[in-house]
Amino acid sequence: MKRIFIKEEFCIGCRLCEIYCLVEHSNSKDIIKAFKKENPRPLPRIIVEEKGYLSFGLQCRHCGEPPCLEACMSGALHRDERTGAILHNRDKCVGCWMCIMVCPYGAIKRDINGKKVASKCDLCIGRGLPICVEKCPNQALILKEG
Amino acid sequence: MTRINRKWFEKDISGCSLTGFICEDGKRVSGETIIRSIASMNERSNGLGGGFAGYGIYPEMKEFYAFHIMFDDGGAKEETEKILNESLIIELQEKIPTRKAKGIHNPPLLMRYFAKVDENRLFEREISEEDHIIETVMKINTSVRGAYVFSSGKNMGAFKALGFPDEVGRFYRLEEYEGYIWIGHGRFPTNTPGWWGGAHPFTLLDFAVVHNGEISSYGINKRYLEMFGYRCTLMTDTEVMAYLFDLLLRRHRLPVEIACMALAPPAWREIDYRDGDMELAKAIRITYGGALVNGPFAILLGHKKGLIGLNDRLKLRPLVAARKENTLYIASEESGIREICPFPDRVWAPKAGEPVMGWLKEEYSSEFELPRTRVPDREKPKSVYSVSGVC
Amino acid sequence: MCVRQCAFEGHSYDPETDEVISREEVCVGCHRCVTLCPTNALTVRRNPLDFRPNANWTAWAIRNIFKQAETGGVLLTGMGNDRPYPIYWDHLLLNASQVTNPSIDPLREPMELRTYLGRKTERLELDYRGETVKLKTQLPPQLKLETPILFSAMSYGAISYNACESLARAAEALGIYYNTGEGGLHPDLYKYGKNTIVQVASGRFGVHKEYLDTAAAIEIKIGQGAKPGIGGHLPGEKVVEEVSKTRMIPKGTDALSPAPQHDIYSIEDLRMLIFALKEATRYTKPISVKIAAVHNSAAIASGMVRAGADIIAIDGFRGGTGAAPMVIRDNVGIPIEFALASVDQRLRDEGIRHQASIVVAGGFRNSADIFKAIALGADAVYIGTSALIAMGCHMCQKCYTGKCNWGIATQDPYLSKRLNPEIASERLINLIHAWSHEIKEMLGGMGINAIESLRGNRLALRGVGLTDTELEILGVLPAGR
Repeated sequence: MKRIFIKEEFCIGCRLCEIYCLVEHSNSKDIIKAFKKENPRPLPRIIVEEKGYLSFGLQCRHCGEPPCLEACMSGALHRDERTGAILHNRDKCVGCWMCIMVCPYGAIKRDINGKKVASKCDLCIGRGLPICVEKCPNQALILKEG
Repeated sequence: MTRINRKWFEKDISGCSLTGFICEDGKRVSGETIIRSIASMNERSNGLGGGFAGYGIYPEMKEFYAFHIMFDDGGAKEETEKILNESLIIELQEKIPTRKAKGIHNPPLLMRYFAKVDENRLFEREISEEDHIIETVMKINTSVRGAYVFSSGKNMGAFKALGFPDEVGRFYRLEEYEGYIWIGHGRFPTNTPGWWGGAHPFTLLDFAVVHNGEISSYGINKRYLEMFGYRCTLMTDTEVMAYLFDLLLRRHRLPVEIACMALAPPAWREIDYRDGDMELAKAIRITYGGALVNGPFAILLGHKKGLIGLNDRLKLRPLVAARKENTLYIASEESGIREICPFPDRVWAPKAGEPVMGWLKEEYSSEFELPRTRVPDREKPKSVYSVSGVC
Repeated sequence: MCVRQCAFEGHSYDPETDEVISREEVCVGCHRCVTLCPTNALTVRRNPLDFRPNANWTAWAIRNIFKQAETGGVLLTGMGNDRPYPIYWDHLLLNASQVTNPSIDPLREPMELRTYLGRKTERLELDYRGETVKLKTQLPPQLKLETPILFSAMSYGAISYNACESLARAAEALGIYYNTGEGGLHPDLYKYGKNTIVQVASGRFGVHKEYLDTAAAIEIKIGQGAKPGIGGHLPGEKVVEEVSKTRMIPKGTDALSPAPQHDIYSIEDLRMLIFALKEATRYTKPISVKIAAVHNSAAIASGMVRAGADIIAIDGFRGGTGAAPMVIRDNVGIPIEFALASVDQRLRDEGIRHQASIVVAGGFRNSADIFKAIALGADAVYIGTSALIAMGCHMCQKCYTGKCNWGIATQDPYLSKRLNPEIASERLINLIHAWSHEIKEMLGGMGINAIESLRGNRLALRGVGLTDTELEILGVLPAGR
């Protein structure tokens, strides 16, 4: 399946990926409104990890054998047959946060404002190219088979 | 003569017609033939220039350099004769015989001098005889106001004037001469009025060039030649052709095909994939970059051993060749050939960048040996159309 | 995001007021924040703190005196001369063919830009024995360029490793060459060796056996257009571990190249060095000598050719630099147009023009400048500043601080990550392709289909707005003649 690969030697820590992910997963899809008007403010699904001058954007790895899928009580986390991505269903989620505990990458975040699990990366299905890959100014994220 | 003495240089352009033939067995024919050939193509000129060159026309004086010189006035004549007498022994000097012809007005003073080099003078200077002749010609052309040497070879001569080429031919009484090579040219210059010296052919020693086209690389060809001592004074781009041939063929002693390859080289893409002579072709193009002639051209180069016709790399000007028994004809249009040879054995259009050559069949015995390659005769391409029968 | 991206700390986030505050006085105009801002909220304008209008005592002159009064130091600056001297390329116009000569369409006919740099012989010796003619003369070593453009000398240290790699990759893909500058060659770049011209400069940084063996050609740097007469300057902040290893100098020290090469005090010494390098490389590589364009360039060039140089590189006063004293950059040197015209003419007058190729550098902004340079007589053109701009430079001229926000003129790993060699080399390749195509269009318009017929063809140019003397030196006719 197609996955997002990270090239940490090119990540410049600008966090534009976080900004655009947030906008893409907002209601209005407009950057000013998403940041200023929407309440609760949507969360980006990609997290930029940084130490010194090393940085990279981390999102759900869509593992082949995902621990989060097994840990999910309500079945909100499921695998999409067509793309193989792991998707999260907000309506079924009960907010137990077990997936956050088991994820070895720490790629799932707590949605404190909304009392539910923040979605994890959904590979922007339906959009064609994931928005973080498209908007990274230095091509540090690429979508590749494998 | 009205040479336009502009203080600045303005390049003259050659849109025109040309024709030529060589009797490879050395048979000499009257100049009438070439006049007929060029006259059939009069539509291609505008009456502002015409010229001819013939080889073998002075058989009794063939050991002497025949200088054809035109003078604006007597003063120029005196100055020139002083220069000639400095280093040459003049055997005979006389006016070039002419007749009044319709369309030829105000001719300048036209003289011819049969001279040979004074051996003592030559010995002091340590240069070859030919280089000395070239120096003398350049000196007269650049320093004497109102004088212009338009022919300087042995047993050959150029004849040019302002007017339609057939009128020029009648004016010079060309029917009275007999030569084994004749070339002719009619001009359509875009700078009016033309001047007598601007007509083709342009000559240097035994080389005579007629040209149809425009040399867009003139600026660099001229500067390249200046490095070797040639001076371009005649305000017409064809001049560089004559000098380039002299440089490549006589001074650098390159075979004719190689020299033509330097002037109209194949594209790099072709050179990269040639069998056999890739290194040679590459070296020629690299070394003689300044000699590459760009722009449309069809030229005829006459020299005392033969006749060469060449097109530019894209064949932007017409050139047709034909053979009948021992004679090779080359002209801008087939009509020019058929006027003097109605039923040739073979007619074809030479390929871009590949020379058509006719050679005198006798032994090479003079000191002026023109090396040939022994590559297969390129003159036998697939015929465009061939006519067999009796001429 | 702008907070993080500005290396000069121009923006800062105040969590108390939840606002981003900008410090205008440190802004250098590099446009990094403007380009990356997702809401296009930023723009850069001149700081409107005006002095009274004064044609002689401009704001620039006054501020420079303030700085020097405070610090007592030499004013440094980066990139090329920005003073309003006349640009002669803008006074030269080109020809096109009509009626008497058909123009050629580059999309339909082959149009040849291939150039060979190196010493050429005046004539060829041929061997006539045997069936076909063979070549006897051996041509001296040549550099083959698919288009007459090369990447100019920018040293590793002045620019980042990523920038060097981008240049190397682009040179390989385009079939041209790039120049290492005086910073030596990083071992990871040896694989691009056959597209590399290495430089032997006055500091001899990084010069050792492998360095010479890997390269395709070697250039002796006598001078540089931005600072003729003085040597290179790399501030200590930029000499990090990798740079120090490549240059073979201690970490953190200022790398000040000496002004002259201390073994070349006269032309005969240059000849010795040229032949020493030729011997060391067994005469298999062309040796180039680079000088700055100064008043007697023609005579120097003639001497250099006779000393054995195969390629002469002349850098005009608009040439760029990583760091140079402002007063030298702005006042020393002459325009490359005149230097080129006089060198080309002098070499032709002496009959030695074929013994060396001429490459020019110094502020070529577009393909028309390159075209005009070739018409004046150059064999090829080095581009430096244009290449950097293609990679992202916005000409803020602060290269000497080592804080290049675009990751080009810096050694800070946080900043140099910003230059992705994959993207940058693509951009360079695009630029050179675009320019090559434009050159082909201009050639075709003139009825020429091979660059050999343009090189030195001054009749292709006409001058406008030039004095008689300038026209004479350039060898160009005025428009209308």
